[in-house]
Amino acid sequence: MEPRTTPEIGGLGHSVKRKEDPRFIRGQGTYVDDVVLPDMLYLDIVRSPFAHATIKSIDASKALAIPGVAAVITGKDLAQYNLHWMPTLMSDTQMVLPVDKVMYQAQEVAAVLATSRYIAADGIDAVEVDYDPLPVVVDPKKALLPDAPVLRTDKEGKKDNHIWHWEWGDRTATDKTFQEAEVTVKEDIYIPRIHVSSIETCGCVAHFNKVTGKLTVWMTTQAPHAIRTVFALVAGHVGLAEHKIQIISPDIGGGFGGKVPVYPGYVIAVAASVLTGKPVKWIEDRMENLQADSFARDYHMTAELAGKKDGTVTGLRIKTIADHGYTDAAANPSKFPAGLFHICTGSYDLKAAHVEVDGAYTNKPPGGIAYRCSFRVTEAVHAIERITDVMAHEIGMDPAEFRLKNFIKPEQFPYKSALGWEYDSGNYAGALKLAMQKVGYDDLRKEQAEKRAKGELMGIGISSFTEIVGAGPSKHFDILGLKMFDSAEIRVHPTGKVIARFGTKSQGQGHETTYAQIIAEELGIPVADIVVEEGDTDTAPYGLGTYASRSTPVAGAACAIAARKIRDKAKKIAAHLLEAHEDDLDWEPGKFFVKGSPDRAKTIQEISLAAYTNHPPGMEAGLEAVDYYDPPNLTYPFGSYICVVDIDKGTGEVKIRRFVAVDDCGNIINPMIVEGQIHGGLTMGLAPAMYEEIQYDESGNNLNGSFMNYLVPTAVETPRWETDKTCTPSPHHPLGAKGVGESATVGAPAAIVNAVVDALWHLGVRHIDIPITPAKVWKLLREKGVSE
Amino acid sequence: MATIKVKVNGVEHTSDVEPRLLLVHYIREVLRLTGTHIGCDTSHCGACTVIMDGRAVKSCTVFAIQADGRDVLTVEGLERDGKLHPLQEGFFQEHGLQCGYCTPGMLMTGAAFLESNSAPTEDEIRHAISGNLCRCTGYVNIVKAYQYAAQKMRKGGA
Repeated sequence: MEPRTTPEIGGLGHSVKRKEDPRFIRGQGTYVDDVVLPDMLYLDIVRSPFAHATIKSIDASKALAIPGVAAVITGKDLAQYNLHWMPTLMSDTQMVLPVDKVMYQAQEVAAVLATSRYIAADGIDAVEVDYDPLPVVVDPKKALLPDAPVLRTDKEGKKDNHIWHWEWGDRTATDKTFQEAEVTVKEDIYIPRIHVSSIETCGCVAHFNKVTGKLTVWMTTQAPHAIRTVFALVAGHVGLAEHKIQIISPDIGGGFGGKVPVYPGYVIAVAASVLTGKPVKWIEDRMENLQADSFARDYHMTAELAGKKDGTVTGLRIKTIADHGYTDAAANPSKFPAGLFHICTGSYDLKAAHVEVDGAYTNKPPGGIAYRCSFRVTEAVHAIERITDVMAHEIGMDPAEFRLKNFIKPEQFPYKSALGWEYDSGNYAGALKLAMQKVGYDDLRKEQAEKRAKGELMGIGISSFTEIVGAGPSKHFDILGLKMFDSAEIRVHPTGKVIARFGTKSQGQGHETTYAQIIAEELGIPVADIVVEEGDTDTAPYGLGTYASRSTPVAGAACAIAARKIRDKAKKIAAHLLEAHEDDLDWEPGKFFVKGSPDRAKTIQEISLAAYTNHPPGMEAGLEAVDYYDPPNLTYPFGSYICVVDIDKGTGEVKIRRFVAVDDCGNIINPMIVEGQIHGGLTMGLAPAMYEEIQYDESGNNLNGSFMNYLVPTAVETPRWETDKTCTPSPHHPLGAKGVGESATVGAPAAIVNAVVDALWHLGVRHIDIPITPAKVWKLLREKGVSE
Repeated sequence: MATIKVKVNGVEHTSDVEPRLLLVHYIREVLRLTGTHIGCDTSHCGACTVIMDGRAVKSCTVFAIQADGRDVLTVEGLERDGKLHPLQEGFFQEHGLQCGYCTPGMLMTGAAFLESNSAPTEDEIRHAISGNLCRCTGYVNIVKAYQYAAQKMRKGGA
């Protein structure tokens, strides 16, 4: 799409340099740990060394004797106010501080308040806790066995560790496709527990003013408005009312889903500030972040695909056990306990599909939040893209040809999937063909054949994913009852400058720039004249926040609609100024003019001034608008990725030689920012595919609880990503945009696994669970009798 | 308590500090220079990187008392006389940052590195920043920002 505006205006399609960068490159951002208030106390947390244990006693006397320690807070203290438990976003319950037992290693046990962070750390070392260990359950499959110890003894009458059963699709029709199938394939696919590890950890500064009764919390949250409402609902009984709660989400050092939930530390800090009347700062360290904050994935899937010998796929079945840890604290829309996992039919025209998911409790921290992906979409994409590849190999068809044969065709959109989604638009073959051309697919296959003849291991893997983002239409999407609309409020000042506020919250996505570009596109006001604010619940309109790639699809749409409301009013003012009829006016970015007389024109800046100085009789003064946008449908970004790997037979090391990513996110607001999002997303797809995994031993000890052994990729491991794009606009979004933040994280892992399995299929390897470590590959090679 | 004299961004500071106080906390909490960030406890992430006597160091792994008598440069000291360091300019021009949290560390690592290697290859740049983690950019545009700065510095733009 060619830009309609000049670079000076900077509307859609311009790679405008980011408005947020001047402060960040000077170290002048304001992140939560930069907030310091007078007389502030520091909070640190005593954590459990055991994964499951009864708390026999907590002795705080030695801690309280340390000069500078102000207080020690335990579950019993909070229980007096009924604040020791809190609801999760999935209507389960989670401990703030335990009264009688702990449920995972690193769980919060008590909190120390002190005058410095060093004294607080001394304090937690001095708190003595006497535990009585209980049997530990770490494997969700064992957790669901009849003889497993029941973990949630707090739930009256609970006799097992089963949380919920969810299923979707037509079981009978699906079973029929399997009965009639000429070929079926089946694989167990595990996506391990991983952690978003944003470089900034979580934290807050809570300040309760006893005189005004107002609570202000600066916190690392992706959804400040929802948090305010949750705080009001949870703590209403102790006098916190929503009009006296202000949540400020300052600059956020990466979120990726990990800053959506309410963690106990936030609540303890708020309670501590209310109790002491002093500001309280809580900043977790990396080990706390990696051991106690919510986790992603942990899906044990069994996927089956039915089809014909000619390569036509017909039916899909997936059964899953979801390990949620000790509570279901996922951040899914209320009606969807397994998120949008039923996007798992992917890019393919399937006759029927059926999915089942069972949630299980284990002695682990809460799981099931995002890792830069919209509500379980990565799990779904991984399942379908892996099982598709297995089928292609099984019948001896090239995986690219297999996909091209089964893709939903462009003329089938809007397309109703076998699991009920209405895909808005797509051209899947277009993206795959471009990726194949860019990577030189046919030549690579020839090279692979030559290398295989010489005993060398080379593989080519494809992932042709379909995403589902922009939650969501209020008919189906809510979190704790709050409908998943989002909002924009735009004010044009008399001199034609703008302030705009949103219900979302950037954590690096560049909203200050891209929202300004949408306003620039719609009103012709230069980006330089527009200020964008987010994250202060006292000033911004209500919205559900930024996660699941929803900012552009939802708040971006609100922004365009609000700007169009302003333009409608501006047109009336222009007609008044030009003494012309509204219908006789035409618009070009930045001005209205009389049709056929381009010099009889009023610029948006002249109109803005008139809105305050010379507005038409009978019209309200001012030039501003608000829009709460309820999307009519979700958006469906897609893409095709091709990964080329070489495998070292001696060490098992997988070397990614090439990685070509073709993305289609509809119309693009800022190409530079979109490309940057894809680079980052690909790297967060690489990470779980090759390096990252949170593992537990049988006693529930976290084995990857610091950056010593949780391997976030560095620049050395990260391949030199090659990106390209196709553009298939969304037909229902006001700008034709779809959202892009997570596509690459969703699509990349399957391309990498498919490449590795492609290199090893002839040896009898059908599937490898991520992360694909050298040790795993080395062991497989030895098992298959491959020598160096 | 120990008394230390440290020059930070050209300004001499004399402070009484606990021997256990980390340099990063001294910079952030005593001097209130909050551009230097903390991202881990194990010297892996590099968000706290500063330059001490010309060498890039992770200030979470240095005690404030070890900085006694030394010259420390933080991100706040990179801009001189209202003129951005070529690396700061590079990060802006090449979209080398997203959330901005790792950026100060990436800038300080780079400022020291480019002093010792004015014409680095891409591999050399990638190894130079391998002690600094970024979760947003996939490193692609950080590499480009380094290349932008190196070229500008070779042309005498520094």
